[in-house]
Amino acid sequence: MVHITINGKVVKAAEGEMLLTVLKREGIDIPALCHHEAIEPTGNCRLCMVEISRAEWEGWKKHVTSCLYPVEDGLIVNTHTPEVIEIRKTIIDLQLANCPDSDVIQKMAEEYGIYKTSYETVPEGDNCIMCYACTRICEVLGKSAISAVMRGHKKVIAPPFGEEPPDCIGCLACAQICPTNVIPWTDTDSTRTIWKKTFDLITCTSCGKAVITKDFAEYLMAQRQIPKEYFETCDECKRMATARKMGEIVTKAQEAAL
Amino acid sequence: MRIDSIAKLSQWRQECQAKLAAQKRKVLVCLGPGCLAGGSDEILEEFKRIVAEKKLADISVEAVKKTGCHGFCARGPLVVIEPEGIFYSKVKKANVAEIVETTLEKGKLVEKLLYTDPRTDKTYTDYKEIPFYARQERISLRNVGQIDPDEIGEYVARGGYAALAKVLTEMKPQDVIDAVSQSGLRGRGGGGFPTGRKWATCAREESDIRYVLCNGDEGDPGAFMDRCIMEGDPHSVLEGMIICAYAVGSREGYVYVREEYPLAVINMQKAIDAAHECGLLGANILASGFSYDIKISRGGGAFVCGESSALMRSVAGEVGEPRAKYIRSVVKGLHDKPTVLNNVETYATVPVIMEKGADWFRSIGTEKSTGTKAFSLAGKVRNTGLIEVPMGISLREIIFDIGGGIPDGREFKAVQTGGPSGGCLPADKLDLPVDFDTLTRAGSMMGSGGMIIMDDRTCAVDVARYFLNFLVEESCGKCVPCREGLYQLHKLCVKICEGKATENDLALMERLSKVIQTASLCGLGQSGPNPFVSTVQYFRDEYLAHIRDKKCPAGVCRELITYTINDKCTGCLACIKVCPVDAITGEKKKLHVIDQEACTRCGSCYAVCNFDAVDIV
Repeated sequence: MVHITINGKVVKAAEGEMLLTVLKREGIDIPALCHHEAIEPTGNCRLCMVEISRAEWEGWKKHVTSCLYPVEDGLIVNTHTPEVIEIRKTIIDLQLANCPDSDVIQKMAEEYGIYKTSYETVPEGDNCIMCYACTRICEVLGKSAISAVMRGHKKVIAPPFGEEPPDCIGCLACAQICPTNVIPWTDTDSTRTIWKKTFDLITCTSCGKAVITKDFAEYLMAQRQIPKEYFETCDECKRMATARKMGEIVTKAQEAAL
Repeated sequence: MRIDSIAKLSQWRQECQAKLAAQKRKVLVCLGPGCLAGGSDEILEEFKRIVAEKKLADISVEAVKKTGCHGFCARGPLVVIEPEGIFYSKVKKANVAEIVETTLEKGKLVEKLLYTDPRTDKTYTDYKEIPFYARQERISLRNVGQIDPDEIGEYVARGGYAALAKVLTEMKPQDVIDAVSQSGLRGRGGGGFPTGRKWATCAREESDIRYVLCNGDEGDPGAFMDRCIMEGDPHSVLEGMIICAYAVGSREGYVYVREEYPLAVINMQKAIDAAHECGLLGANILASGFSYDIKISRGGGAFVCGESSALMRSVAGEVGEPRAKYIRSVVKGLHDKPTVLNNVETYATVPVIMEKGADWFRSIGTEKSTGTKAFSLAGKVRNTGLIEVPMGISLREIIFDIGGGIPDGREFKAVQTGGPSGGCLPADKLDLPVDFDTLTRAGSMMGSGGMIIMDDRTCAVDVARYFLNFLVEESCGKCVPCREGLYQLHKLCVKICEGKATENDLALMERLSKVIQTASLCGLGQSGPNPFVSTVQYFRDEYLAHIRDKKCPAGVCRELITYTINDKCTGCLACIKVCPVDAITGEKKKLHVIDQEACTRCGSCYAVCNFDAVDIV
């Protein structure tokens, strides 16, 4: 257990815990776009930067991304200095120039009093903020079907060679974790298309709705030992079946009690 | 031949020295990058052919040797005849027969190929007396240009691997670290981190595996020091790495060489193979019980892979992107193991320190920047080439005494040190001593040693635009301040060059630069705005001229200049012939006129005119 000072208040934290986790626990509002509990932090968006120092640094201070900074005893943290605010505002301003149509970025910018970017809007910009959440979650799932390719301003998230990703199983984790909702996919009654790859869907035996892609089901059966029957019905029907069963049990119990 | 004892190494050295001494005369043909581009490989073959044909008494075909970069690239292709040190410059294949006949057979000089200093009109025979060479002090470049890099025997004859033998027999690992620390050696890759402290930290870390890596990813435009060491004296790098590995307890390492240096890759690999064969690398080196092996890892040419954490990811086969270094790579580096990463020049310096001692090294240079530093001179300077000088020497001595000043009668304007991430220093900083701390205080940095000299026809804003464009291309794109920030900074700089910017844009650039410097993830982004920050610091008036007056004082930025023809025009038609858009009209012996509507301001007319008749306004 270590003691650190956050905005003048001494708080306890576990040694090696990431600073952002501590700040959030303390209820301090720190913006972050690339941070997610399910994935390892990488420090792409730089919004969670804070100022740190130590007593023995004699007034010297530096700025670090709190998502990646392991806390240590005696750390002095300031989360809302003018320099920190300037960093956040500038980054959001730059993101707004790059993603002018993103609701998430627009809302964040408004919170910082930015209604129009100070910079030239990027002509080839889409709403991708290059946070790598999609590639990291794909890696966590053990597939790494997509990755960041090219470099600098030309960097994009893409499957290998821009073709149908052979390792993609259509799980939609990338699309669902995306903070700016920029990864499109389409479902029909029996197929799902994402990253230009089309998957067959398993349909619910009771209601006929889509449950999961065949590839994803096979992956989970093999890797996570989930029984095949689990994928035969959709979540909603499973819930209804469970409720029905519960009802039967209660009725039986009531009958027995009488 | 396997060298498995110190005695055998000494005996081998004597044999190598005797073999070299038997060669009364030697012809050294520079095969450094500049001379090679000038066709020096054909010159070498021609020498070998003619010498073999003539069967001369004083010289054998074996004594016609290729070497790495001799240094004076501006005068290449270079041929040096030893032992006299006769220096022939701008040699062509057609001159070879004459050199053989006049110098090797008759013992006379080929006057027209000798170097004449344009400032003094003095002609030199021995290269060691030429001001370009006379002011230098070579430690890391001690063998470059002097030996055949493919012959391990030549390296050994000049004392190679003696330091390794001394270290393995007389010194404990801690003694080596202490000696490096006491020498004050600082990283030559640019950061200037104390090498001894780095080694000590790595050695202290609890770990079963430690790595010793060499950074040969020299990516700064205009820098070629490391390239020349790897091409011209690869064994000095290997010896330095082996000594480091012994000091920190490493058993394996990599030399990371960029793919754009094919000859460096080949020569380093040959050196590794030769050292292996002799038992100087691999298992049980010199029968000391210490083992260390080196492999080459080839980089794909991304500038960011010169950054330590990106380099290590690249060596590991991952995408070369940096990570935050709140835990330093010397603690958690390649494959998350403690890793020492030093630059080519740093390793090449280590064996000399081991042999001559820390005190000797400290006696050269300044108190906090000891020893010497290699630089490559490029740009608007007479003597472009590779040099090594004691730290603390002034920029003026480097650029004017060694570099020979600015050609074509132009004025010195600025020198860019430290590559794109460094900065431009103006004329009033010429007397600054060149050391790590002074250059940083002046708003530039030592960097790896590239020095680009600019004359008064260079526009400060255009220079910033050029380097920012380079950095936008080379940013890895992982973090926002670097990817988006440098992109916007470059856009704004282009706006100034085009005369479309306001003073608000300049203020925005200054604010944005501060955030990029503070908030970027790695050194590339943190130093990325430097081209702008340093030029605006020293050439603010020039920025304001672009913004307020819509003028480019240096006459470079196309949108802000016009070409006109004055009455010095003799009507020679030369400009009319070169104009790619037929914008110039006029008859023979009559004043020509440029149609401003059609002119694309390409500058072809200005370049071709022999009468100073084209003005840039």
